[in-house]
Amino acid sequence: MTKQVQQLDRVIIRFAGDSGDGMQLTGDRFTAGTAEFGNDLSTLPNFPAEIRAPAGTLPGVSSFQLHFADHDILTPGDAPNVLVAMNPAALKANLSDLPRGGDIIANTDEFTKRNLQKVGYTANPLEDDSLAEWRVHAVPLTSLTVKALEGFDLSKKDAERSKNMFALGLLSWLYHRPTEATIQFLETKFAKKPDIAKANIAAFQAGWNYGETTESFSVSYEVKPAKLAPGVYRNISGNQALAYGLIAASVRSGLPLFLGSYPITPASDILHELSKHKRFGIRTFQAEDEIAGVGAALGAAFGGALGVTTTSGPGVALKAETVGLAVTTELPLVVVDVQRAGPSTGMPTKTEQTDLLMAMYGRNGESPVPIVAPATPSDCFDAAVEAARIAVKYRTPVMLLSDGYLANGSEPWKVPSAAELPDISVDFATAPNGEDGTTFLPFARDPETLARPWAIPGTAGLEHRIGGIEKADGTGNISYDPNNHDKMVRLRQAKIDGIAADIPELEVDDPDGDARVLVLGWGSTYGPIAAAVRRIRKSGGKVAQAHLRHLNPLPANTGEVLRSYDKVLLPEINLGQLALLLRARFLVDVISYNRVRGLPFKAEELASVIQDVIDSE
Amino acid sequence: MSDLITNGRGLSLVPKSDVALGMKDFKSDQEVRWCPGCGDYAILAAVQSFVPELGLKRENMVFVSGIGCSSRFPYYMNTYGFHSIHGRAPAIATGLAASRPDLSVWVITGDGDSLSIGGNHLIHALRRNVNLNILLFNNRIYGLTKGQYSPTSEVGKVTKSTPMGSLDKPFNPVSLALGAEASFVARTIDSDRKHLQSVLRQAAEHRGTSLVEIYQNCNIFNDGAFEQLKDPAQRDEITLRLEHGQPIVSATKAVRRSADGGIEVVARSEVREEEILVHDAHRADPTLAFALSRLDEPAFEHVPIGVFRNVDRPSYDELMAAQLEEATAQRGAGDLDELLLAGDTWRIG
Ligand code: SF4
Repeated sequence: MTKQVQQLDRVIIRFAGDSGDGMQLTGDRFTAGTAEFGNDLSTLPNFPAEIRAPAGTLPGVSSFQLHFADHDILTPGDAPNVLVAMNPAALKANLSDLPRGGDIIANTDEFTKRNLQKVGYTANPLEDDSLAEWRVHAVPLTSLTVKALEGFDLSKKDAERSKNMFALGLLSWLYHRPTEATIQFLETKFAKKPDIAKANIAAFQAGWNYGETTESFSVSYEVKPAKLAPGVYRNISGNQALAYGLIAASVRSGLPLFLGSYPITPASDILHELSKHKRFGIRTFQAEDEIAGVGAALGAAFGGALGVTTTSGPGVALKAETVGLAVTTELPLVVVDVQRAGPSTGMPTKTEQTDLLMAMYGRNGESPVPIVAPATPSDCFDAAVEAARIAVKYRTPVMLLSDGYLANGSEPWKVPSAAELPDISVDFATAPNGEDGTTFLPFARDPETLARPWAIPGTAGLEHRIGGIEKADGTGNISYDPNNHDKMVRLRQAKIDGIAADIPELEVDDPDGDARVLVLGWGSTYGPIAAAVRRIRKSGGKVAQAHLRHLNPLPANTGEVLRSYDKVLLPEINLGQLALLLRARFLVDVISYNRVRGLPFKAEELASVIQDVIDSE
Repeated sequence: MSDLITNGRGLSLVPKSDVALGMKDFKSDQEVRWCPGCGDYAILAAVQSFVPELGLKRENMVFVSGIGCSSRFPYYMNTYGFHSIHGRAPAIATGLAASRPDLSVWVITGDGDSLSIGGNHLIHALRRNVNLNILLFNNRIYGLTKGQYSPTSEVGKVTKSTPMGSLDKPFNPVSLALGAEASFVARTIDSDRKHLQSVLRQAAEHRGTSLVEIYQNCNIFNDGAFEQLKDPAQRDEITLRLEHGQPIVSATKAVRRSADGGIEVVARSEVREEEILVHDAHRADPTLAFALSRLDEPAFEHVPIGVFRNVDRPSYDELMAAQLEEATAQRGAGDLDELLLAGDTWRIG
């Protein structure tokens, strides 16, 4: 039987199952195949905060969404076209996201009376007509897998565990994905358990063959490779890109990296990643608490290291006092905040942009810090290098605001070569800088950057003391002089404000130059905003887009850009934090669009918001 | 002083000074601002006059402190110094010492700083065994905030914040440190410079975290807290000197094993010489050191002074450096291009 092959320009698949079903691995492998094939892609995993919520329940559902296309895409997609539901809970939890007409591939073996009851189904939705408006492919994934593995010396339970690979095989057939890499991956992953490796490979191939032969799938789909800029690509998640960016910053600054960190979702993967790369001279220190994490990083910075601490919102709250110490001692420090839903513990695995004002103001006293925010998962690399550049050049703590969406999402990344990255090397102080030629003034400043000298222990003749008490300008000696304090407060502020001259201007994307509405964003909303802007333009609408990477200081032309549009729309996953800053600073009546659901914006949603603003002109 | 066996690695990685330095080289130009008569003066002078004999490069010494009266200490030392925030000095010093094994890092802290707000950092520094010397100035009171009771104040302490007396049982810093897996624990007193310096010397020579509790008099808010140990009429009787390899005795008392398996203090006249417990600071098992640390209950009837425990254990910075070396030996030094291109990649164009 030859099956029909249909061409598509893009597909969004969501794999959903119990947290024990291996959906993240399945998604990762499908992504790897897709990347290898040359599509552009974007992924969004979604997992419960509980490590193993009770099997088969709604809170236990874990999912992985992948958007791939024959053109460049910006988001993991608003809604899936295809839902793979490994059990009734997965179906129930995800069905509302699947537009009518979409495909459902359901593992019938798990739709038992008991499992249906667990999630409140009184009848089997695969058997009544409640799913009539979708295209349902009922596949007994578990039993087919067990059958395919009959010849193997495996317990039934072990055989059943390979059902995710069967599903992966089936989907790989359905979308013409290459298979070699997955087979190789399984061989490596289970190198120590060759039987398990063989079983998984067999299940994967059985899934493929099933697609080829079953009548349940009459069509398979092809999505041509995308035309991306020439270069070498890899797929990368935000947390991995951020970790690599920190390593790159260490290499390009010539400073050994010291990470002080305490495990916290969704930032821990940066600690895990960095701890693997000790041969770069990286010291990773899992501290007793968040405060010790940043304290150790600051201590290492005093000693001449690139001091970094990684955390999420609750951790930033705890680190605030130490960040203030870094502000006043003027030592370089990178503070990574992978934002998550708050307040308090909030929703640890869900994303939010609600820490901007904390990053900006969450310390006692006047304690300005630069803030950098990446826009996409792969951009976390460049943003980390930029945060480190500012930190070491200006001797200041820098807040790097990633978020859960960027951290776990992934996309293809054109890999840069080390040589094309900025040189951010530092000159430590080596000689006295006082007029008499013998004194060292630890708080004398570079006239251009206002940075103070970084004199590290071990440097003879530059012995000096720093601390949290106010310092006399120049000498750094303890000072309670009112005018000196006023001067130091202003100097510290001026130093940070001055960075505006050292960052790119805010660029506006306005193809025809005649849009009257500007959509402004910062951080991870870039993808959905850009996708929404495309939609508007496709339908003939005019809208300009700008995205802020530096939140403090803002690019020098920010006010000018804001004022040159009739309306400025600012979508944020908070209640208007950047809007508050912009209104206060530029007296511009920014229109906020806010949703705080722990989820990224959808392109469709933003497109309609933009359209409304255009229409209200 | 008995010739203690130390692990000897304490200072081996810290560069030696080419020129002989003296006490004046370690005095900074800053005016010392403790209350007249404060015990901190004696400790500062003892440290300044003792450090030159370590023969280290001055620029490789760092004093890190938290907040409190004692924490002003780094400003007065002409070395590198970091006066940080309340309770966090061990954390900050950990990052410094772990990344710079060539430094001799000293933490100056007080009872409130290290045992209250910074208790967590203290215990973790001790168990980790980072190469730090922690000098805990214990005056059993909050001085800088003007006289509230501290976590080492005796129960019933009447202060501004406890007009009817404090309710909580104090920490015994030596017991706490021993319970926190410390490899070096000692106690000394501000007024006995010779003893103080001998303890500091052993602490400096120990690679790993050494905790030295220094009884320090706050003559403004808690004057005479350690008077019994200073009063010539009783001090020799009360003070049980801990010297490795020597019997544990005061002028009139001796320590021996008790019938119930513990230890007890008895009149020297009542014991035979061979019954007296001989101090072994290097015992791997800390239980005897712990038992010794409990002898000052009830308070100041008899107080052990000296090095309770001094055992060799790899320091955190050494272990950390060894992992970096091992990783590099196995797979070569890191190459950024190679790292970025590792894993599944594909080429376009
Ligand atoms: S308050 Fe007490 S501890 Fe503080 S400086 Fe004065 S005497 Fe010393």
